Amino acid sequence: MLNRKVFSALGGLLAAVPALAYESSYNMPMGVTAIAREVHGLHMQIFWVCVAIAVAVFGVMIYSIVAFRKSNGAVPDRTLLHSTKVEVIWTIIPVAILIFMAVPAAKTLVKMEDTRNAELSVKVTGYQWKWQYEYLGKGVSFYSSLATESNYARQLNSGVDVTKVKDYLLDVDNAMVVPVDTKVRVLLTGNDVIHSWWVPDFAVKKDAIPGFINEAWFKVDTIGRYTGQCAELCGRDHGFMPIVVNVVSKEDFAKWLAAQQQATKAATTTAPAAPAAAAL
Amino acid sequence: MAHADTHDHHDHKPTGIGRWLFATNHKDIGTMYMVFALVMFFIGGAMALGIRAELFKPGMQFFDPGFYNSLVTSHALVMIFGAVMPAFVGLANWMIPLQIGAPDMALPRMNNYSFWILPFAFTLLLSSFFTAGGGPAGGWTLYPPLSLQAGDSFPLTIFAIHMMGASSIMGAINVIVTILNMRAPGMSLLKLPLFCWTWLITAYLLIAVMPVLAGAVTMLLTDHYFGTSFFNPAGGGDPVMFQHIFWFFGHPEVYILILPAFGIVSEIIPTFSRKPLFGYDAMVYATASIAFLSFIVWAHHMFTVGMPLSGQMFFMMSTMLIAVPTGVKVFNWTTTMWKGSLSFEPPMLFALAFLFLFTIGGFSGLMLAIAPADFQYQDTYFVVAHFHYVLVPGAVFAIMAGVYYWLPKWTGHMYSMSLAKWHFWVSTVSVNVLFFPQHFLGLAGMPRRIPDYSTQFTDWNMVSSVGGFVFGFSQLLFVAVIWQSARGGAKASDKVWEGTDPAGLEWTLPSPAPYHSFETAPEIH
Ligand code: HEM
Ligand SMILES: [Cu+2]
Ligand SMILES: [Cu+2]
Repeated sequence: MLNRKVFSALGGLLAAVPALAYESSYNMPMGVTAIAREVHGLHMQIFWVCVAIAVAVFGVMIYSIVAFRKSNGAVPDRTLLHSTKVEVIWTIIPVAILIFMAVPAAKTLVKMEDTRNAELSVKVTGYQWKWQYEYLGKGVSFYSSLATESNYARQLNSGVDVTKVKDYLLDVDNAMVVPVDTKVRVLLTGNDVIHSWWVPDFAVKKDAIPGFINEAWFKVDTIGRYTGQCAELCGRDHGFMPIVVNVVSKEDFAKWLAAQQQATKAATTTAPAAPAAAAL
Repeated sequence: MAHADTHDHHDHKPTGIGRWLFATNHKDIGTMYMVFALVMFFIGGAMALGIRAELFKPGMQFFDPGFYNSLVTSHALVMIFGAVMPAFVGLANWMIPLQIGAPDMALPRMNNYSFWILPFAFTLLLSSFFTAGGGPAGGWTLYPPLSLQAGDSFPLTIFAIHMMGASSIMGAINVIVTILNMRAPGMSLLKLPLFCWTWLITAYLLIAVMPVLAGAVTMLLTDHYFGTSFFNPAGGGDPVMFQHIFWFFGHPEVYILILPAFGIVSEIIPTFSRKPLFGYDAMVYATASIAFLSFIVWAHHMFTVGMPLSGQMFFMMSTMLIAVPTGVKVFNWTTTMWKGSLSFEPPMLFALAFLFLFTIGGFSGLMLAIAPADFQYQDTYFVVAHFHYVLVPGAVFAIMAGVYYWLPKWTGHMYSMSLAKWHFWVSTVSVNVLFFPQHFLGLAGMPRRIPDYSTQFTDWNMVSSVGGFVFGFSQLLFVAVIWQSARGGAKASDKVWEGTDPAGLEWTLPSPAPYHSFETAPEIH
């Protein structure tokens, strides 16, 4: 893909770093929802608009630096003082480009804000420093904290080689589970300070604010495990409250939900295969 | 043309420590501001190197996460309020009287006061590191409820901010009064040098928004100690309200940090292109429209807080709009070089780096303005890359360009061009190695303000940290150049640079400029 080539070239310019092995280590992920792909499209569109303007503007700058050097005997044209015509032109053209950008952005924004007709609602509460997921009307609720292995490794002088830790800092004890191809609405709030729930592959980032309920939605079309992180400074362990969302088939979700409900009822017994849910 | 009275029979300086403590002379005060800013630049820089050291590789190496947060918070406060703003005030003090043909600033005692508040303010702020609970760790944006969880650093931080604000307001009043009342006869506003123009507009911004910040932090203080609930939802308050108030200050603040830089660059590019600034009037109007627009874009920092759709639309459009006058400025600078006769002394080199790299920051700003995309960028390293491009190779490079431009006028000595060029090349290369990869990190999903990261972010972080250390240490070259020029060196002519003639009154005075700048006002025809 052309986009990818240019980014690689940019990367190569900086240094020959092995980072280029990861596709997603230098650009926004394409994502797994229709909205995320639209957002990715907007991102690439505005990026290319900037590249085009950069080529033009930097081109003129570089040309001037090369062509109008005193050391090459350039003589200044001191009559070139102002021109209302060019000022108007270089005001109008950017405005036109911006309108061209604003229209699709506004359309996507409208879609992102449309949380109606959700098939599943999950209330997400940010705590210092973990998340709580409550499946509204389903009687399922649990906390989700940094996985033990990462949590051990991340301590100062833990002596653990973190590159050997599986999904270092992007793993939790109890992941959120949602069905594929289903419009899921998340209701976000904070218990203590402001947090922000962000899953890049869904293009969802919304603040979880004490005293407020914010809404966001996503409809994932690919089964998989998706990770994210808290995106609002929330104190000491802000860097250590990841988000993991397992997107499963509708059948698997039904099974998972039933198991969770079972576990909640049993309350004292150990939950089956699925992650143990904290009974509330 | 300007005609300067250069007899300085009143050139008796007070001596000893009193010269500085009781300083009322604009040059002495300007020098103190600049030295103070430089010291803060290194203190804030040392904090930044601590941050980059911790981020060099994944895993916690050096700091407790809480201490890391206070490094991030103090780094920002020190750099913004301690380094960049005082450096601009220092330049204003030094250059405004010289550029408008005045003997001094209009309000010399207030000038003294506004400077001497600053060392106390920053002593308070930095001493908070030694209080129970450590330094302020809620981010420079001080969002409640988090900022209210601070320990004893809290009141120290708040009072420090109050003092910085008072200092800035006094500085701003002084600039406005000086420019409006003390211009040489014949210097109409539309003949004012652009550095004065941009500072005049900046001063109005300061007076408009510093009280807003003071109000916001005072409300934090009473929420913390006196049981009010301005921002506490449990008491009927609203934490998002703080963000609106903060950014109503905060966005104009970012223009406070860049408009004087625009002014400096607008002085330097014509000199080294040997051609007057293209579109002077357009530049003035563009500056004024940026200042106006800066009041109606604040919530672009808050796209993720859950504003109504119409609000998001409005702030998206107004933010995109602000790119237009910014673009006009870049186009005018570029056209100033067109058909010029360019030479590349250190001030011009820094101004050119500004032109390219600030524009890159403008591009990422434009991207951030697109609200749906901003949901992905917000609070990631992409934003970190954006504001560092506009602030480091933007504001800081402009300050360095200004210092290299006017230093011979201040000290009377030329400095080592080759050392300054070394400083330029090492800084410019390393600043890009430092900040460019942060765009990638942000896009790939690395949040900002985290002390540790998952392993896929390792490579770019290593690159960035290497750039950071090179950039940090290369600033010692800057100190070396200034030191040399202050101590001696080849005598600078009045014009200093070949291209300065006939622009700028400051070049009609001898180098170093006499203690009282213009005792008789020059005539402008
Ligand atoms: C073309 C002009 C610009 C545009 C359109 C623009 C746009 C933006 C936007 C939308 C954000 C919020 C990003 C986010 O948090 O998600 C932002 C952040 C920021 N911008 Fe700009 N910007 C521009 C120029 C500048 C300039 C000139 C400066 C200062 C010299 C500046 C300094 C900052 C800072 C400091 C932040 C981050 C503040 C924080 O969250 O701590 N920007 N900009
Ligand atoms: Cu957080
Ligand atoms: Cu802003």
